[in-house]
Amino acid sequence: MFRIKVPRYWRHKDFRYRLNAWKCNHCGETHFFQPLICRKCRSRDFSRVTLPESGKLLAYTVVRSPPEGFEAQSPYIIGFIELDDGTRILGQLTDCYPEELKQGMKVEATLRKIREDQEDKIIAYCYKFRPAI
Amino acid sequence: MSKVYVAGVGLTKIDEHWWMSLEYLMTEASLKALDDAGISRVDSIYVGSMLSPILQEQGHLGALLAEELGLSGIPAIGVEAASASGAAAVYTGAREIESGRANAVLVVGVDKMSDGMAEEVTAAMMSGERQEYVGFIGATFYSINALIYSLYMDRYNVGQEKIALFPVLCHEHAVNVPHAQYPFKIKLETVLNSPYISEPLRRFETTAIADGAAALVLVNEETAKKLDTPKTELIIEASTDYLTPFQREDPLWFPAIQLATSKALSRAKLERQDIKILELYDATSIMAIVSLESSGFAERGKAWQLLERGELGLSGALPCNTFGGLKARGHPAGATPVYQIAELHLQLTHRAGKNQVDSAKNGLAQSLGGVASTAFATILREV
Amino acid sequence: MVRINSAVIVGYGGYVPRYRIKSEEIARIWGRDKSELPVEEKAVAGLDEDTVTMAVEAAKIAIKRAGIPPSKIGAVHVGTESKPYAVKPSGTIVAEAIGAVPSVTAADFEFACKAGTEALQFITSLVDAGRIEYGLAIGADTAQGRPGDALEFTAACGAAAFIIGRDKNEGVAEIEAWTSYVTDTPDFWRREYERYPHHTARFTGDPAYFHHIVNSVKNLLENDGYTLNDIDYAVFHQPNVRFPLVAAKLLGIDLEKTKPGLITGYIGNTYAASSLLGLVKVLDQAKPGQRILLASFGSGAGSDSYIIRVLEGIEVKRSLAPTLDKFIERKTYIDYAIYARHRKKILM
Repeated sequence: MFRIKVPRYWRHKDFRYRLNAWKCNHCGETHFFQPLICRKCRSRDFSRVTLPESGKLLAYTVVRSPPEGFEAQSPYIIGFIELDDGTRILGQLTDCYPEELKQGMKVEATLRKIREDQEDKIIAYCYKFRPAI
Repeated sequence: MSKVYVAGVGLTKIDEHWWMSLEYLMTEASLKALDDAGISRVDSIYVGSMLSPILQEQGHLGALLAEELGLSGIPAIGVEAASASGAAAVYTGAREIESGRANAVLVVGVDKMSDGMAEEVTAAMMSGERQEYVGFIGATFYSINALIYSLYMDRYNVGQEKIALFPVLCHEHAVNVPHAQYPFKIKLETVLNSPYISEPLRRFETTAIADGAAALVLVNEETAKKLDTPKTELIIEASTDYLTPFQREDPLWFPAIQLATSKALSRAKLERQDIKILELYDATSIMAIVSLESSGFAERGKAWQLLERGELGLSGALPCNTFGGLKARGHPAGATPVYQIAELHLQLTHRAGKNQVDSAKNGLAQSLGGVASTAFATILREV
Repeated sequence: MVRINSAVIVGYGGYVPRYRIKSEEIARIWGRDKSELPVEEKAVAGLDEDTVTMAVEAAKIAIKRAGIPPSKIGAVHVGTESKPYAVKPSGTIVAEAIGAVPSVTAADFEFACKAGTEALQFITSLVDAGRIEYGLAIGADTAQGRPGDALEFTAACGAAAFIIGRDKNEGVAEIEAWTSYVTDTPDFWRREYERYPHHTARFTGDPAYFHHIVNSVKNLLENDGYTLNDIDYAVFHQPNVRFPLVAAKLLGIDLEKTKPGLITGYIGNTYAASSLLGLVKVLDQAKPGQRILLASFGSGAGSDSYIIRVLEGIEVKRSLAPTLDKFIERKTYIDYAIYARHRKKILM
């Protein structure tokens, strides 16, 4: 039922592969997907930015009851991260076990498989974060 | 602007209704509400549902319900605002009456989750979040709540055993409720020993797969006068916020609730202390806690104290979730807000049975879509 | 022999996933003797890793060292025998992920374990010919051995990436010469739609691995006028710990020159990445002016050999990103059951 729809996945690869985003030139708000008007200050003036790949972990949780399409990797960890430029972002944490995680620890972005479609077999890649190496 | 009155309510028992369809459930609730109001026709119908387009692949619920009720011909429209869909239907129906364009409106909330597998329901519940971002990475509604929970405990230095009192309270209130999904008591230890759904959130701090439909008949003043059924006055306000709480200034504060609640109180010319029954949207324990604080019924970081002091019990200063709330009455997604409002109506018309809170003249229901991305505040007033 | 005019490694990176399984654990499952295991342990990819993600990991390290904008990379070639898609290039995903698109050529190479050095040949040639300013060559694999088969002890996961440019001043090492030695020798193969490869056991030794590597290296030395004295390090394809040492012996190369790049004992045979990760390991320790002999082997069969001279830039650029040891030392042991889950040996 919950398939990977290729055009939807493909459209946002810039953000998901490389953390390319937009910043509002007026208030500094980060927008992950191309904005037409800033949600915060309603300015229409944006710059392309590449978000920093490193940051610190603010909070994390383990998904033990996954949504359809994510069963194969469950349990997996969702983290709330503050990147070095102050941008706050949600992402999966990888290459770690929950007991190794601490609030405030340094993490860095990496590209991983986020899921595979069980029928079409298309692979969706996305940024994840891992403890900094 | 005409005042809006609730003239009838209809509730189906919340359960896994293997033998009943989505259509059957919403029709049953509708007929009960019409019968309760003592009328057979309305000017229009609004149906709130969150999951039926996904789990049943059924949209077009307005015309569908009109047909089921033998009312084809009248305007009937589906309304959606995630898990606040039922409240969105009430809002729309109420506004139609206020505008003077209708005398009587049927409002229904329905969702039937048991038609989906657990993973499907978990995925479908994310339709209230920003799918391209939060859904894409495999986050779930509960994992978002868990992150908020973790930040909350950290910031306010509050232990889980304080917050986990909320589901215990809800189960206590559900014991005598015929339409509740889980009408039994639980102990705090049961909550704290239940398995993690998403750390720190435990299973007994969340809600289960549930089927249910609830309906209200809303009427204007003129119609209300003609009906001898018990009535309450309804005032509903709404507000919105970013879909992802982690993009807001503070994920531990739900401004939409604050805004909707203040607007509703001000229109009703009431203060917070006039509210003697509160229906919170406890999709998780932590959501109830943050809601209490955001809407001004508790200080930041201190909502647990109300629980501990027993103020939220049936004989407390602010009886809360008097029929068991989302946790114990059950949470059939988009249908839930209509249950909340119907339950306030039963309280204020003195039909709450053993759970009757006698002193109450006003009740407030908060209904949330997502993690307070949509908030409705509905005040019911004794008439 | 046609000389290489100008091809220098301006950035390099090696990646090994976090998880390890000990050969002993695999031997325990299949009741094998534990006294003669081909490697100590091998690297196993995480559930969310594949050849593409590991290629990107290695490429990002290489880019950090190169210090160039990825948009200047004109070619991305990925050598692998375990591409995630049978049809759909891995190179496009890697190119997109590192930000080299769209003015870039991208392709996948397959030649069993020598696909990585093959990618490096083409990148070197494109740069040397002046067709591109920079190119990225990657060897990466998530190799699979049939459960219980001898290959299961060694088939491992890893990736190595090299950015090739022209300017010696920004280089860490110069590619002075390369050659190939190829014959039709079916020692190992996998047909379409098959999950695991077939191999010919001891036939993979003398007529395959040793014959091709020895001749490839001999030709290179002879044609380009090098002697063994010119070589400070020798890196061979590393299907196990023994083969590279025997190859060195056959060629008369001091074993002490071979051991510094011999890492298969700790990470297993990373197939297309195997000899290239050996090169990464050597670059992590070599001094300017030293020469490295690199010889890959790919079943089917062939060997590419290279002479690479370390440049002054190595000292600074080495420190710009994590060394291979960081990844080798970052390890968590898993048992066979977890391994079976990671490598999708449990069909769901």
